[in-house]
This record gives sequence, structure tokens and C-alpha cells, in this order.
Amino acid sequence: MPAPLFEFLLRLADDHLILGHRLSEWCGHAPMLEEDLAMPNMGLDMIGQARALYAYAAEVEGKGRTEDDLAFLRAEREYRNLLLVERPNGDFAQTMLRQLYFAAFMRPYWEAMQTSSDATLAGIAGKAVKEVTYHIRHAGEWVIRLGDGTEESADRMRAAVEELAPYTGELFETDAITDAMVSAGIAPGPAAMRTAWDSTIAEVFGQALLDQPDIAYPQSGGRKGQHGEGLGHLLADMQFLQRAHPGATW
Amino acid sequence: MVAVLDLDQARAYRAAAAVPDPEIPCVTVADLGILRSVDVVDGMAVAHVTPTYNGCPAVLAIELAVEAALRDAGFDARIERVIAPAWTTDWITDEGREKLRAYGIAPPVKGSGKGSLFAEVEVACPKCGADDTAKVSEFGSTACKAHYRCNVCAEPFDYFKCI
Repeated sequence: MPAPLFEFLLRLADDHLILGHRLSEWCGHAPMLEEDLAMPNMGLDMIGQARALYAYAAEVEGKGRTEDDLAFLRAEREYRNLLLVERPNGDFAQTMLRQLYFAAFMRPYWEAMQTSSDATLAGIAGKAVKEVTYHIRHAGEWVIRLGDGTEESADRMRAAVEELAPYTGELFETDAITDAMVSAGIAPGPAAMRTAWDSTIAEVFGQALLDQPDIAYPQSGGRKGQHGEGLGHLLADMQFLQRAHPGATW
Repeated sequence: MVAVLDLDQARAYRAAAAVPDPEIPCVTVADLGILRSVDVVDGMAVAHVTPTYNGCPAVLAIELAVEAALRDAGFDARIERVIAPAWTTDWITDEGREKLRAYGIAPPVKGSGKGSLFAEVEVACPKCGADDTAKVSEFGSTACKAHYRCNVCAEPFDYFKCI
């Protein structure tokens, strides 16, 4: 088993980098100017959180790798992010729902992490909890507006739920790594976020006139490096510069 | 204990504190509360700086500017980035808030983190002072600002988000 703290930090950092990158893909393509600002802004928050986590992971690993090495020089199977965050942007409804699902998990998670026995993580959590509160509100308001909107927007929102709900179970999965973090008092257990997550989603879905579907085939595997087709394409785009011109700076 | 007035430290602090924010140059790093302290040990000035947001693109520019200001003042200089306790808009000074308002940016409401998830805050127009304003976008020209419009004088303006 890899060093638990390093592995744990990579997971969390990868979640934030990949979803941050997905949001950045909207830059210049958003349905309106305000969203063209909002999505890269949220992406910036997430990439900032990822940087802090990678820098700490690199320090914990102690092999001389940097935050950039971890972000740009690992292959697809070495990525530890949730499948949810790598899902393609789809339409605006899917992007907002994906953000809501993730933020509704991260808000109570960061909140609990503020009392981590690890001072660096407690510090990162103290900043991140403020940022994710804006994300959950922004995404939540859109899910409500679209779900309780026109026939077209409601159709799209329902399709987004159908598409993304199977990926939500992975948020709460536990294994030896998460257990090690809980027993060391470093991080809360993912499963303990279920109640808070359920209540946020229920509150938003209630106003959005959306139902939570039964999930026949839950999807997971990201924590073990088993990803969907989309991640490789994302990495090819994100890592291109450092792969083609190793060590390039500006 | 007798307090010893450290002239070097006071001079270093003044030099660092006068650095304007690169995005909002009407306020200084001290006004915003992102310059936490400056220590001077054997001629080396160490400035403790905290980022507003994790992903704020101005962080590096601010650190470089503070370091340069300390060097201009004759010190060897080093920056230490502090992330805990997390920066809050409550650290923006009263003078800073006044400068923001005069610049056309509505200062953040005091008392960060209060209110429920979907609660709305009342933001006064920095131009005419009216409370009747509407949020245009939660995310404005920078990560730390939201975009508003005054329903009375029609002025569009930035609101410095409360965190």
C-alpha cells in the first residue's frame, strides 16, 4: 500500500484539478457573459485548492517531485480522482449538476477538516470551506432555475440527473486509506458526509422539482486509477505543453 | 516588561504596508489585511502575507511587490505565505472600506460567514448609497467580487464579497 497520507492528498488534489480543468473548458463558450466569468472563477478556486494540496503531497512524498510534476507528469492510470469530476461538461445543466453534487459533498468535508490533526490540511480547509460555499450556492441556484424553468430546461435537468446520479455513490466510498486518515484524525470519513449531502440535494431538488432516481448501476473505480474514456482526452489537453516542452516556463 | 520600539521593524512595516493591491490599486495590502506582520531579524525583513482566495492570481504579484518594496527600503527580504487562520473580509480596515467605496466598489458586509446557504445580503450602492440593488452575477471581474446593479441610479458596480 502506498503511504496513506500521500495517496490521500493525491486523491483530493486530483478531484480538484480535474474538475477545475473541466470548468475552465467553458471559458469563452458559456451561455452568457456572467457564466463565462463564474465558471472559470470557480475553476480558479479549485485549481488553487489543488495546488496547495499537490505542494503538500510533494513535500510529504519527499522524493523531490514538485506540484507541477504531480499535475502534469502522471499518466491517466495514476490519477486518483472520482469519476464524477472527470465526466464531460455536456450541456450547462450537466455542468451545474456535477458541480452541485461535488460541492454538496466538499462543503461538510472541508468544514470537518478544519479541525484536522494535520495543521496544513486544517489551514487549506479553512480557506476552501469559504470558497465551496459560493460554488454550492451558485450551482444550486442554477439547478433550481433550470429544473423549475421551461419545458426544455427541465428536460435537460432531468437528463443530467439520469446521466450523473450513478457517479455519486463513489463520493462516499471508504477503504484502507480513508480509514487510516480517520483513525489518525487527519480527515473525516467520506461516508459521514452522507446525511449532509442528502439534505442539501433534497433541499435543492425539492425546489427544482427533480426526483432522485434509483441507481441501478453505480459507477466507481477512479480511486484505483480506473477511469472513463474522457480523462485521457482531458489530460492530453492539460498536459500537452509540459509533455511537448518538458520544463517549459514563462 | 518594557516595550522596545524597534525602528527597523516599524520602517519595514511601513514600506511593505504601502504596497497597493495590483487588482484594486486604491487600497494597500495593509488596508486589505493581507499583510499580517513584518519581522526584522539581523537586517532580514520577513513579511507574512496571506492570500485572499486559494486560487487568487494576484498572490504572486503581491508577494513580489512586497519583497521589492522591502528591498527598496534597504532590507534583505523574504516572504512567508500564511494560510491559517484563513483570511476574512472582516480584516479589511475601516479606512480600506472607505477607499473601496470611493473607488466605486461596495465594501463587504461585516460579520463573515453569517447567514444560511441561500441567504441574500443587502448591498448599498457605492455611488448613491441606495439599498435597492440587485445581484447581476455571483462572480465578478475577480474571484473576490460579485457584480451588482443599483435599481435607483442604475449604476453597475462590483461588490467585494464577504467571506
